[in-house]
Amino acid sequence: MGLGDTFLALASEAGPPGLFPARQQMAVSLGWHIVLACFGVAFPTVIYVMHRRGIVRDDPVALGLAKRWGKVSAVLFAIGAVSGTVLSFEMGLLWPGLMGRFGDVLGLPFAFEGLSFFVEAIFLGIYLYGWDRMPPRRHLAMLIPMGVAGIVGTFCVVSVNAWMNHPAGFAIRDGVVTDINPWRAMFNDGVWFQFLHMWLAAFMVVGLVVSGVYAAGLLRGRTDAHHRLGFTVPFVFGSVAAIAQPIVGHILGMRIADTQPAKLAAFELAETTEGPAPFRLGGLLIDGEVRWALEIPRLGSIIARNSFDRPVPGLDTAPASDWPPVNITHLSFQSMVVIGTLLAAGVVVFWLLRWRGIDLLNNRWFLRFSMIAGPLAILAVELGWVATEVGRQPWTVWQILRTNDAASTNPGLWWSYLGVLVIYLGMTIGAYVVLRSMAKRWRTGETDLPSPYGPPKEETVS
Amino acid sequence: MTLASVVAMAMFVGVVVYALFAGADFGSGFYDLTAGFDERGSEIRTLVDSSIGPVWEANHVWLIYILVMWWTGFPTTFAAATTTLFIPLLLALAGIVLRGATFAFRKYSETFAQARLFGAIFAASSVITPFFLGAAAGAIASGRVPAGGYGDLIGSWINPTSMVGGCLAATTCVFLAGVFLTADAARAGSTALAERLRIRTLAVGVATGVVVFAGLYPVAHDAPTLSHGLRTAASPLLALAAVAGAATLALLYRRKYSPARVSAVVAVGSVVTGWGVGQYPWLLVDQVTINDAAGADSTLVGLLIVVGLAGVIVLPALTYLFRLTQQWNRA
Repeated sequence: MGLGDTFLALASEAGPPGLFPARQQMAVSLGWHIVLACFGVAFPTVIYVMHRRGIVRDDPVALGLAKRWGKVSAVLFAIGAVSGTVLSFEMGLLWPGLMGRFGDVLGLPFAFEGLSFFVEAIFLGIYLYGWDRMPPRRHLAMLIPMGVAGIVGTFCVVSVNAWMNHPAGFAIRDGVVTDINPWRAMFNDGVWFQFLHMWLAAFMVVGLVVSGVYAAGLLRGRTDAHHRLGFTVPFVFGSVAAIAQPIVGHILGMRIADTQPAKLAAFELAETTEGPAPFRLGGLLIDGEVRWALEIPRLGSIIARNSFDRPVPGLDTAPASDWPPVNITHLSFQSMVVIGTLLAAGVVVFWLLRWRGIDLLNNRWFLRFSMIAGPLAILAVELGWVATEVGRQPWTVWQILRTNDAASTNPGLWWSYLGVLVIYLGMTIGAYVVLRSMAKRWRTGETDLPSPYGPPKEETVS
Repeated sequence: MTLASVVAMAMFVGVVVYALFAGADFGSGFYDLTAGFDERGSEIRTLVDSSIGPVWEANHVWLIYILVMWWTGFPTTFAAATTTLFIPLLLALAGIVLRGATFAFRKYSETFAQARLFGAIFAASSVITPFFLGAAAGAIASGRVPAGGYGDLIGSWINPTSMVGGCLAATTCVFLAGVFLTADAARAGSTALAERLRIRTLAVGVATGVVVFAGLYPVAHDAPTLSHGLRTAASPLLALAAVAGAATLALLYRRKYSPARVSAVVAVGSVVTGWGVGQYPWLLVDQVTINDAAGADSTLVGLLIVVGLAGVIVLPALTYLFRLTQQWNRA
């Protein structure tokens, strides 16, 4: 359905030739990079807790896990650095209309992001080289700048996106961008909650993916301390984030009625403004009519406006030329919410039962659930970005710059899109093969695996 | 000295550092590529692996730094360059991606066949990437990037100055890497390996010198503005490059590897700086000056704050990392 909608949108769109491939290429590269970025943001903190436990309780299992995770994060960080470089090229190659006109408005957070990325790379190197070479406490402390850099980096990147949703820090006179204040652009109205939403999402992704790996081991009967601890620590992080996320998401959602009514209308599949508005689960907008939606009266007002009868703006508040692709936006948004709710419910059940003395780690169905929880969290992140980005269309900068005018008109964009698809597919396969082979070698007892930033291994390479 | 010039200089420091650090990394791909398949080949590859190891990823940061400074400080010229130099930038980017990823993958490869495939891609893309970046620089330096963007997609980077720029970037990288690898091999006590690398580096060094100075001839006809700058303001730097380059060859010949590293860095650094000085005050030669290209003053100040913070935060940490890795290598 989403796919068909995409093609319909493509057929009816009269944008410049670069628009479609530019959009798709950006979506693929961002969607790919965000997964690795999550690990760069959240993994150091998870490793810190594990490593600290190893030192404080003199626990060799925890220390072993921290050491392995450090190496895994190095592989992911290295690939993420590469895909991050791609993105910085793409800002110019795909969106010259945005960067040329607004580069000095939105660029400053990117500069801070580059700085925090550099800090994280250096301290990751120090951490990997520091094993057995630094006093244990100081070595552990090297993870702190990495975690802080993750926070600053997330804030800065999300700040640019929040600026696209809530443009600030400039004025336009006679078509010329003037009165530029990059700090106001950076600390725009939307940034704090959007940042919090993404930061929590990173912890959901990392916490649930890593614990899922150990859940798979437990399911195969590897019920040693190594697997139980490897599951529990990241799962705690994933749980806290999964429970906090719906609250933050709700606050964020309530603001949209005022800031981007057309996006909210698409989220809620609301054709006309209604108050009280129903909640429409599923469904599609076809030829101006809502079909196959499950309507629950009043719930729409409650969710979007935090009230029993306040109206939810409909698509009729904006001219049809300013509508986003409604069905993609609606379905992505609702799928994200459904997955988020499912994950929150899952972790609540786990901790409630554990409080009552029932350990679900012995339950095969729970282990199966936590194996797919990580991929589901990643899916929710992707859907969330699709919902907010597609939902802002046809604007790149809300009510300031249309995506048509931001995109490059270069006819070669189809080729670069194709190239990006091939390269990213290759990198995905490569990353999978490498991580699998690391896991396999660790299981067979090899401990001294090399890593990208780490010290060399004592053997020849090829 | 305007605010814009200070920001442009801060950005150009990134270009020089990237040319030196990443240059040495890129160039080592050449020795990896030409190492051969036998035992002796694996010796060089192991050396490349351990020499690049600790810092290779940090180098992308310099490139990101340049791009971010560019689009934030001088936004319209950035868009002009990316729309015109679409093809060489895309090819350089593909090279960076493949190089970075396959280097990591090779390190973890389980089997010889895997390592060889990843290694071949790593080595080939290492050589290609600096060529395209140099070609892009040549396009800017010869006035082929119009201020409004969307210049000639092909002719902008297939022309005499771009070809000189590409070859110059590729050969200087290989030269730098050769000097560093030779010194590393000698320090590790692999005398035979150091000898083989020394011969190759000497040959590469002569070739690099020829490219740099013979390249001035086509540039003189093709890029008069740059050429004028090179003959006047930048001429001391070119002289320094010639002296330092010759000194490097002499030191290599006499097997004084440690000082050779310093003179090689000076030689390459002054060639790159010479280009920058040669095209000053133009950002896009013959099209837009640095002052005209600059974005809002408040943003330029913000950028300088970031640069200052980087100096305070990053440099001490980076020094500490280098010391730690040196300790490891000595142990």
